[in-house]
Amino acid sequence: MAACLSPVGAVRVGTGVQKFAFPIFLILLLASIALAWAPALLWPNKPLLVRDVLAVVGVVAFVSLFAMFAIWWERKVAARIQSRLGPMRVGGWHGWAQSLADGLKLFQKEDIFLAGADRPLYRLAAYIAFVPALCLFLALPFSTAWIARDLDVGLIFILALLGLGVLGVLLAGWASNNKWSIYGAMREACQMISYEIPLGFALLVPILTAGTLRLTAIGDLQDAGFPSWLAFHNPFLLIAAVLFFVATLASCKRAPFDLPEAESELVAGYHTEYSGFRWALFFFAEYAEMFAAGALAAILFFGAWHSPLPAEWGRTWRSGPLWQQALHGVLFSGPLWLIGKGLFFVYVQMWLRWTLPRIRLDQVMYACVQVMLPLAMLNLLAHAVWQWLVPADSLLAQIANGVCTAIGAVTIVAILATIAYGLFHRRRLVGTLVVDHRPGA
Amino acid sequence: MDSASWEALAFYAVAILVAGSALGCVLATNIVRMAMCLLGTLGGVALLYFLLTATFLGVIQLIVYAGGTLILIVFGIMLTSRSVGERLRPRPGEALAATVIFLALLVGLVALLHTGTWASGNNEGTLSVARIGQELLTTWLVPFELASVLLLAVMIGAAYLVQPLGRAPREPGGPRSTEGDS
Repeated sequence: MAACLSPVGAVRVGTGVQKFAFPIFLILLLASIALAWAPALLWPNKPLLVRDVLAVVGVVAFVSLFAMFAIWWERKVAARIQSRLGPMRVGGWHGWAQSLADGLKLFQKEDIFLAGADRPLYRLAAYIAFVPALCLFLALPFSTAWIARDLDVGLIFILALLGLGVLGVLLAGWASNNKWSIYGAMREACQMISYEIPLGFALLVPILTAGTLRLTAIGDLQDAGFPSWLAFHNPFLLIAAVLFFVATLASCKRAPFDLPEAESELVAGYHTEYSGFRWALFFFAEYAEMFAAGALAAILFFGAWHSPLPAEWGRTWRSGPLWQQALHGVLFSGPLWLIGKGLFFVYVQMWLRWTLPRIRLDQVMYACVQVMLPLAMLNLLAHAVWQWLVPADSLLAQIANGVCTAIGAVTIVAILATIAYGLFHRRRLVGTLVVDHRPGA
Repeated sequence: MDSASWEALAFYAVAILVAGSALGCVLATNIVRMAMCLLGTLGGVALLYFLLTATFLGVIQLIVYAGGTLILIVFGIMLTSRSVGERLRPRPGEALAATVIFLALLVGLVALLHTGTWASGNNEGTLSVARIGQELLTTWLVPFELASVLLLAVMIGAAYLVQPLGRAPREPGGPRSTEGDS
């Protein structure tokens, strides 16, 4: 037991990757800053086809890498919440290569077809689930310049593709010809169709404020620092942000709305009969949708790709000496901030999943039809009246802005402080026995 | 290849998808496969709209037809069909009626193609969402409101239809569980 009492970090100084973790992080950071500057330099001179091919390759790479990272991350988050360690072996540092190993395993697994399944539809279902989730990234801006197609209707384009994913789930459940699968699929259809309505009503509120569906335009409205983020303009936008987040939880099949794959009731729900890479495609789609939902929440309500500091401050730094340019690159880099905010919302989704119990289907429906729908409709009406009667520069609007900013700031600081507390005391939370066993934890 | 021939290539690829899945929709004997072929057709038409830079129309096509209608179709199928292997074949009378309607539509469309005048050129500016919204709420206000009233009537009707009959306590599966659905 003496080992438990000694300072844990001193027992074993990291394995290979742990030693290089910081340089790798720094290189990645510098690379992403360089990338943030790249489009302005590279884009205008290239032919359209080259740009499109680059954009598509970039999107596919991003989605695949993000899904692999998020699966590992989810396992770590789940483990920490349950006082475990999660994957620790593969690759060395905190099992970072676990997803890679899983992917290799899934690649070589047998692709099973059931005798009773509808084969073409069974094959098609995985693609129909995955392709829309991938395509919506084509219209998702990572900053004003970092977007494959800046559509006039970007927001509803993404909404349409988020809605199409349900077809894959329905089809998977039906084509498997399995009771549990079809129950899962029916639940998903029911939940998805219901929650699209409050989702739409919640989205109308920022659209009403911005007066456009172009995501880059909505994002650039919010470049004047933290108080200018759309969620903090007035209380109705703040409520809309919360409603939007809850509705996206339901449409991404995340807990407490993960009924379609309720493990304790339906084996694994709609993907019970899937194996190998086809099965993995469903998870790729789910994590891609999670990130898209988080990024959309950030773009619509939480300042898009802008930092909490006003963008004005950065303008002079951009042409200043090298250190100012570097600082500007870190502080005001669009893609970094958007990915950061997206990851934060993905983290909140994971956190909720491992904290809240799954609710019953009738409770899901009750929450949607009796609570969220009336609230979203009243909220839209109230926001419209507010916008009609209260001018943007009036005292009332400024007071509302100040109060909402304070609420938002306190919430965010509280969440970050909780995370920091957990991180600081992670050894205590995990328990001495585990620490003794895996000193790197 | 220049951009025009790329566009032609994309058009033919999408056209093959639309026509092929329309054919599949007619020839399939399984109702879910028919619905998926319909998705191919409707989604392909949405792609054609995107190709014509009518992005708003394309996105609405995706939401309303490919998304909404198909979810409802598949939903309806799941509640009605008894097993995966059910075969659907049209009766001779139905086939005859369908042929007549198809020929009438074909003749009408070909006549329209030959007589109509077609605008060409870039329509990116004229099809902006803001302009469509403005036109809907000014020039076309009455038809727009009429459509809204129609939808409202449909919703009230649906709400009326799903009311439970009588005051009998709800059994598991609802008061009007579908009969013969084993």
